[in-house]
Amino acid sequence: MPRQKIVIDPVTRIEGHSKISLHLDEKGRVEEAYFHVTQFRGFEKFCEGRPFYEMPSLMARICGICPVSHLVASAKACDAILAVRIPENAARLRRILNLAQLVQSHALSFFYLSSPDLLLGMDSDPAKRNIFGVAEKFPAIAKDGVRLRQFGQQIIEWLAGKRIHPAWVVPGGVTEPLSAANRDRILEAIPEALGIAQRTLDWFKSEMERFREEIRTFANAPTLFMGLVGPNGNLEHYDGKLRFLDAGGHIVQDGVDGADYANYIAEMAHPWTYLKTSFYKPLGYPEGVYRVGPLARLNIVDGCDTPRASQEWAEFRELDRGAVLSSFHYHYARLVEIAFGLEKIEQLLNAPDILDTNVRAIANANNSEGVGVAEAPRGTLIHHYKVDRDGLITWANLIIATGHNHAAMNRGVLQVARHFVRGNKLTEGMLNRVEAVIRTFDPCLSCSTHADGRLALEVQLRSHDGELLDTQRN
Amino acid sequence: MSAKAPVRVKTLTIDGREVGAREDQTILEVATENGIFIPTLCDLPGLSTVGACRLCLVEVKGARGLLPACVTRVAEGMEVAVNSERLDRYRRGILELLFAERNHVCSVCVVNGHCDLQSLALRLGMTHVHFPYQYPRLPVDASHERFVVDHNRCILCARCVRVCDEIEGAHTWDIMSRGVDCRVITDLAQPWGKSESCTGCGKCVQVCPTGALSEKGKSVAEMSKRRQFLPYLTLMREGRR
Repeated sequence: MPRQKIVIDPVTRIEGHSKISLHLDEKGRVEEAYFHVTQFRGFEKFCEGRPFYEMPSLMARICGICPVSHLVASAKACDAILAVRIPENAARLRRILNLAQLVQSHALSFFYLSSPDLLLGMDSDPAKRNIFGVAEKFPAIAKDGVRLRQFGQQIIEWLAGKRIHPAWVVPGGVTEPLSAANRDRILEAIPEALGIAQRTLDWFKSEMERFREEIRTFANAPTLFMGLVGPNGNLEHYDGKLRFLDAGGHIVQDGVDGADYANYIAEMAHPWTYLKTSFYKPLGYPEGVYRVGPLARLNIVDGCDTPRASQEWAEFRELDRGAVLSSFHYHYARLVEIAFGLEKIEQLLNAPDILDTNVRAIANANNSEGVGVAEAPRGTLIHHYKVDRDGLITWANLIIATGHNHAAMNRGVLQVARHFVRGNKLTEGMLNRVEAVIRTFDPCLSCSTHADGRLALEVQLRSHDGELLDTQRN
Repeated sequence: MSAKAPVRVKTLTIDGREVGAREDQTILEVATENGIFIPTLCDLPGLSTVGACRLCLVEVKGARGLLPACVTRVAEGMEVAVNSERLDRYRRGILELLFAERNHVCSVCVVNGHCDLQSLALRLGMTHVHFPYQYPRLPVDASHERFVVDHNRCILCARCVRVCDEIEGAHTWDIMSRGVDCRVITDLAQPWGKSESCTGCGKCVQVCPTGALSEKGKSVAEMSKRRQFLPYLTLMREGRR
């Protein structure tokens, strides 16, 4: 076991910075691997003393890519503090917003960040292995990706007023109802977006054979899976109950109310990273390691209540006898969810009451505590607040998708490193595969990637006694 | 102010423009009447003037320093400059100090987009804060049933103090301590919710230029202030005297 201590350099305060270190034994074989997230944000602390109704907007500032997810989870926690049931149409509108966010974020992850690996090859020239390289060689696919993401963002703008950090979702509901004009605009654009989703799915499925080695090694290990499921066990992103599933596909725990999360999920901190690791409490660590996100969601549900996604889901589940285990299939799951999101948005917009103007419940802080759980694109997001009698926050706890996935990501890095690293010399292709396994999780390292669409990654190769053999960074 | 005395008219120039004024008017009043912009934060028509924010500083020929336009009376032949490179620099400096002194986080503030401080910073071209932020730990008092005071956003303009005293007549608000410890307080520094003098009229909330005073439950960017009532109230109060 490694004995040396790796110092985390706090220079990387910039968003989306991470570091990987590999520890080698005397024979130069990978013994241990660490995925370090080297930034500290402190949101749980500096919200203390602020009024609870400020939380949705304050907490959404955690992330510019998925502010909507934080808005939704935070507003749900605040609903619980208000102790109200929000108007039905408010929930419907929030649901649409959340799905639009899912579509745009998945499109970003798949097309902008991961498609270069898939289309141009894991070992291709790193200078071209980005969205611009894709646009050069596969312009149609790049265009589809840009269009799909734009559509998701556009829905957010039409509903909430602006694309990033809208203040539309508030405790008790939303501030403005949906206009007929905006409903029609969204409905009009859905067929085109669904066409893109279908095209991409068909293409991805036909290409999967080429990635056998990656499928076999990309965090392909038995873990539990967790996520929200709807009342009939259907795919769900806004509300519902938590379900835990084991690697064999058996339900371990079902119907867990979000408010009881602390009985099932525990967090632990590590000296080598600012990112906490969550695990399933009854099993402890490391047996209770679980994954969340698109792959987990498709694994835990009993079905999808939209026609196209339903078919795709059934096909997806054929990949494995129990749960689908390879994290490489996060990509696949993401595409299925894009189709689901678009179909579901269409369904919701066609609801007869969608233009109802009763979209906000007004109340004071009636409860001293509230938990909000929703599915962010990357997985289950939990916001938990406590307030004093005047409604000022006294305590907050946030559990973010990347925290749930942390242990699995680490294992993935180790697995890929053991498989691809030979001897004491790193190759670029190996580096990229280690990056790629992390990319499958679409991690939100609070929560961003750089302008060129890649993680700022540094890989250190260390010998058994801690000597630095080689370093590579992109 | 006596209605009987004959009104004397003074003539002066503002930025080279000749203007006429009553002798009891301030430079700020005359400028406003003539459509000349002078930035202010503490001034509010209908309330007494205190000259607290110093943003309305102008150059008067022959005067030793800069004079606050809100409390400086006009004089015959006065030559006033309200726009100059020096004034711009000072005004931006004052705004930057206001931003640096407390925690003005516009993006999550209830008055984002409807804030006097924010819009003035935009208008005067303040792009950065060149002073180190102080990040004081200041409390939020949410003890009142309907209103909240957030000291992080307060610029000590004393509009709340004046409107409560002069218009509502309750004099709930006051200012305590000196320098960086200065705070607006309710009653004798009691929680607002415990105040016996507060009538809960909400005028202070409406005249507050920033998000320091807001209605409870208003979300980010949702609070806009309504001040139309002020001139009418003033008129009615004065008419009855």
